[in-house]
Amino acid sequence: MAAFKDAILAGLVAALLALPMLGFHLGDSAQGLQLETHLELVPLAAAIVFAGRLALNLAAPWLAKWKDRAPAGKPKLETGVSRRPLYIGIAMAAAALILPLTPWGDRNILDKATLVLIYVMLGWGLNIVVGLAGLLVLGYAAFYAVGAYAFAILSQMGFSFWQCLPISGAVAALFGLLVGFPVLRLRGDYLAIVTLGFGEIIRVILLNWASFTGGPNGISSIPRPSFFGMPMTASSPGHTTFHEFFDIPFSPVQRIVLLYYVILLLALVTNLVSLRIRRLPVGRAWDALREDEIACRSLGINPTSTKLSAFALGTAFAGFAGCFFATRQGFISPESFSFIESAVILAIVVLGGMGSQTGVVLAAILLVGLPEWFRDLAQYRMIAFGGAMVLIMLWRPKGLLAGRTPTIRLNKGDAA
Amino acid sequence: MLKVQGLCSGYGRIRVLEDVSIEVAEGEIVTLIGANGAGKTTLLMTLCGKPAASAGSVTFQGKELLGMPTWKIIRQGIAHSPEGRHIFPRMSVLENLQMGAQAADPAHFKQDYERMLDLFPRLRERLKQRAGTLSGGEQQMLAIGRALMGRPKLLLLDEPSLGLAPMIVRQIFDIIREINQKDGMTVPLVEQNAFHALKLAHRGYVMVQGRITMAGTGADLLADPSVRAAYLEGGA
Repeated sequence: MAAFKDAILAGLVAALLALPMLGFHLGDSAQGLQLETHLELVPLAAAIVFAGRLALNLAAPWLAKWKDRAPAGKPKLETGVSRRPLYIGIAMAAAALILPLTPWGDRNILDKATLVLIYVMLGWGLNIVVGLAGLLVLGYAAFYAVGAYAFAILSQMGFSFWQCLPISGAVAALFGLLVGFPVLRLRGDYLAIVTLGFGEIIRVILLNWASFTGGPNGISSIPRPSFFGMPMTASSPGHTTFHEFFDIPFSPVQRIVLLYYVILLLALVTNLVSLRIRRLPVGRAWDALREDEIACRSLGINPTSTKLSAFALGTAFAGFAGCFFATRQGFISPESFSFIESAVILAIVVLGGMGSQTGVVLAAILLVGLPEWFRDLAQYRMIAFGGAMVLIMLWRPKGLLAGRTPTIRLNKGDAA
Repeated sequence: MLKVQGLCSGYGRIRVLEDVSIEVAEGEIVTLIGANGAGKTTLLMTLCGKPAASAGSVTFQGKELLGMPTWKIIRQGIAHSPEGRHIFPRMSVLENLQMGAQAADPAHFKQDYERMLDLFPRLRERLKQRAGTLSGGEQQMLAIGRALMGRPKLLLLDEPSLGLAPMIVRQIFDIIREINQKDGMTVPLVEQNAFHALKLAHRGYVMVQGRITMAGTGADLLADPSVRAAYLEGGA
């Protein structure tokens, strides 16, 4: 009976919600906007919710039983030291590598995959700072902006993408050090607020220093990357273009494929560097610093330089990503680096599970890829987005892939 | 080896240590006993640079330590096992030991870590386990082992018996004696468990409200009626 009551209540709530959301609709007609009513949808929605809730309630005891059926015999000790299979990562990288060659690799998909990969790279970069070193940074997009503008401004002086890539990273890292040095003594919330402020300062400077950054108009006609010096254009006086060199017909997709591979390469480098550095003493020190700063000091670790190194490395990757973003868009303006960018990148890291590399990929696909693919859902897109975040936090409060892998392991044959 | 003279320290405007002078010779176990809030932990922490001392001097092997940041002090050959253990709970036991060796020459790692596992056989069984899942006694062993991984000449121990069962306390103290006798480790030891600490130590100091009020050999202090009254027989 309680199950029935609960289902009726759920049905009523559904009816209330459905009335404004489904019952009324603004239609475009010859007389302008007109209110159309679809009241028949309201009881339908209520009925579906009622039936679903009832079924769930009736099945609850059975579900509980099924859940409890779990481990027979010795309970498994949760030691928290697990090893995520390496082959999943390799399979994902391989799939990404051959994507342009598969029938699905059309222009549309590659464009979206490139966008997702930018966020994957940003997520991995921020993961070094937030996930590994435990420094909550809310203004990450500022360093992304620094990298993008560094390239955009240098490109006007005639530098190419490949020349500017390392410079962008270095400039962003320099800004990271400049900001990091005074603020890294702060912790948690305070650090978050200061970096949030820094992010806004950068955006406001970009917006107002019109003679240098173009102000709100941004900087346009940023050069595209070349393929070992060969421009990816239909024709280029004085240069052998890509399609001429390989003697294939020109197609604009070639440029998109190149962009895709460039960001894939950058992202994989980010990933490999962060995986590798975790196992080095400095990476382990970041990990330890996040857990217990007092203990780290009493073990002879210099917290300032350790944090700064994490900050500089993380911001350098933001700089690389920014440089790529500028060359992909061909145009940048301060609008692209608002607070919401920082928030999305942080959400990717947190939802993915702090410190988890694979989790970042999944979260980036979920947060950046899905909204792009589901543009048809129009106004329901943000509801789906919010819903997905709520569900993740309910089911996986520590992120999609939680738990950390140890940074050092015993060799086989060592003491158990 | 360690010489503290006229040390004053505190937190902000609150003075905790008043003109503290103690001395620790090489190869000694020297204990500092006193009631809650006497300033024992503050003394050890001031030796390690935080909080900063307002007056006095601390020399270690003739070198002035005051004014150095903590990490530099530690790298002079001092290990500090802080009060409340402060192990890294999410890291494995092995990683915790590895963290202890950060300041040391990596060439010694293998050898040092085998020695720690011989010293604390319990840790050998738990190497891959997350340190937060260890029992209190095992965590304390890990904290001491981790501190020793840095190959210190001086081991500052802060309340190793905190919250442990009497039997485990005895084990821990046996191990402290062992590293002192076998390796000649110098151990300044802060303890509330005055009876055990004085029995173990060569010499001891009694601290009351931030001042050293008494000093002597462990046996002398143990026999002293006022010490007995204040710290050994339920307090007075």
